[in-house]
Amino acid sequence: MLRSRLFEKAVQDLWDQGKISGEMHLGMGEEAIAAGVVCQMQSGDAMALDHRGTPPLIMRGVDPVLLLREFLGRPDGLCKGMGGHMHLFVPQELAASSGIVGASGPAGVGFALAAQYLRPGNLAVAFFGEGAVNQGMMMESLNLSVAWNLPVIFVCKDNGWAITTPSPQVTGGNLAQRVEGFGMPVTHVDGSDVEAVWQSARTAMQRARDGGGPTFLLARCMHVEGHFLGDPLLRIGRSPWHEIPAMAGALLRSMARIKGASLRDRIQGARSILDMILGSNRDSLARKFDPILTSRQKLQEQVELPELENEVRQEVEALVATALGTL
Amino acid sequence: MTRELTFAQAIEAALAQAMADDPRIIILGEDVHAIRRNLYARFGERRVRPAPISESAFLGAAVAAAMAGLRPVVDMYLVDFLGVAMDAILNHAAKVEAFSGGNWQVPLVVRAACGGGYGDGGQHEQSLWGWLAHIPGLSVVVPSNPADAGGLMLAALEHTGPVVYLEHKLLADYWLEFLGSGGRETVQYDVPARGARGPVPDVWRPAPLGSATIQRQGDDLTMVSVGVGVHRCLEAAQDLQAEGISAGVIDLRSVAPLDRKTLIAEVSKTGRLLVVDEDYESFGLSGELAAVVLEAGLNVKYGRVCTRETIPYARAEEDKVLPNKDRIINKANALMG
Repeated sequence: MLRSRLFEKAVQDLWDQGKISGEMHLGMGEEAIAAGVVCQMQSGDAMALDHRGTPPLIMRGVDPVLLLREFLGRPDGLCKGMGGHMHLFVPQELAASSGIVGASGPAGVGFALAAQYLRPGNLAVAFFGEGAVNQGMMMESLNLSVAWNLPVIFVCKDNGWAITTPSPQVTGGNLAQRVEGFGMPVTHVDGSDVEAVWQSARTAMQRARDGGGPTFLLARCMHVEGHFLGDPLLRIGRSPWHEIPAMAGALLRSMARIKGASLRDRIQGARSILDMILGSNRDSLARKFDPILTSRQKLQEQVELPELENEVRQEVEALVATALGTL
Repeated sequence: MTRELTFAQAIEAALAQAMADDPRIIILGEDVHAIRRNLYARFGERRVRPAPISESAFLGAAVAAAMAGLRPVVDMYLVDFLGVAMDAILNHAAKVEAFSGGNWQVPLVVRAACGGGYGDGGQHEQSLWGWLAHIPGLSVVVPSNPADAGGLMLAALEHTGPVVYLEHKLLADYWLEFLGSGGRETVQYDVPARGARGPVPDVWRPAPLGSATIQRQGDDLTMVSVGVGVHRCLEAAQDLQAEGISAGVIDLRSVAPLDRKTLIAEVSKTGRLLVVDEDYESFGLSGELAAVVLEAGLNVKYGRVCTRETIPYARAEEDKVLPNKDRIINKANALMG
């Protein structure tokens, strides 16, 4: 988990320096979910990843140097610089990712279908966010996996935000009940607690391997860096004096124009924009959901934590240097 | 033309003007309260409605809502994401008018960001206008400058059928900021200055669909493009002039309907057609333009500079795959030889 966190911090630095282009969706905050599930995967198991594939791939043993070189767009990267962080493919591990929200649902089902025919006892894991459960293809996948009794674990990383929209505002009913409606067991788990994730995943994976069909793990989590690096909501929260003036002028001018909604609706609109910004800020400060901090607290009395952390830090520094070719 | 706006401001200004005049226009899509926050603040959530990540549902719903009297503008984020909801476009929006014997129209605008040049990978940087324009019943517009961006938005809103409105991310600064730089000052992009900001009319009027503009006159060669490609052509034409080659540039503005008349008239003068298309090369706009001039009986020399493969994530590789000035100049020289 710490290796993944420190690796992604290095990715963040390189992105800040402009050495990594485009969007960058980090899995910081999802490490306990990835660790609790992935460390129980066996040879022949498959992973359908979303746009935050880095932590699961690192935990599956994929060479972080290859990942970093991929993010740097180098020809010696994992996918020769063709894919970037949203499109990571590791055929040896049956691990495939996608930048299309919800696409890991059908992919997980397909990997599980292949396992049912070709690798009995193996399973597939699909990682996605709660926003993806409103995608048609995801709901269809839930149904298909039950109808065909497929060995697939749906791992829903629920951070409460669908990109920059609070999920409850665009989600009808209760997600767990929705999934149960497909006839699939749902396990609620604190996604910052790696032991709890491990326990839930263990039961689900055993069930899938034994031919018991799919399970849905609903794991609450937070994203340390919002939806992606440079998330405008976090930027406003972190440097309001820089960001707000740039945005406020056009917003207020537009709000003051004649013709449009009633004054009440306009004030309501302004309030929900403000709530959105404040809400995301609170979310980023919800430290109790940070799995690294949670694990540290749990472990500090049992192991020589500083020594261990130092070791991981040096390891990550070395691999970053290797990836950059500065060793 | 008395004021200057950015490409993004122009679209917003035209859309706001139309929304103020016509209460049937509503915006819906993911994150629109944030991405269209200025319109959200003015028109309220009744008119600017955030949707879940359910493209096939909200685009499909918008088709029927348009049939039933609304004029939805559906924000799809990226044109690539249309893949998720293609049925609504392919089998419904584009078909209803024909199926109903012309009795029922779908006045729908599907708005999406398109195009590459900022290193986001081949699932977020496609153009796809040729793929869309292939479908009968669909209009597809691709503005290259602020004045056209506003004018084509109004035309799309006034049109009685479905229009896919594509805004290139190198022209629309907020998309480039959102998906490319993320507030960083450590990254650079080849943004065509005249496309990203320019003069616009004080009062917006629709720019007719299916009407190309001649951006540059030329005697030796006619270059044809849309969006950012128009600016790449203009840069190349400037360099070609120094070599003594007079290259004209046509901005199609809309891929469908296609302004065959302007194309044929210009190409028949120069006898050389060079298509610059950021969309995929095979089975697309570039081949269609060749067919149009052949069908018109013109005997021309023909070349094309397009995107041939899946767009690489790596910036350096991406720059080679997308049409660029050097590739255009090389192809132009080959046609002159």
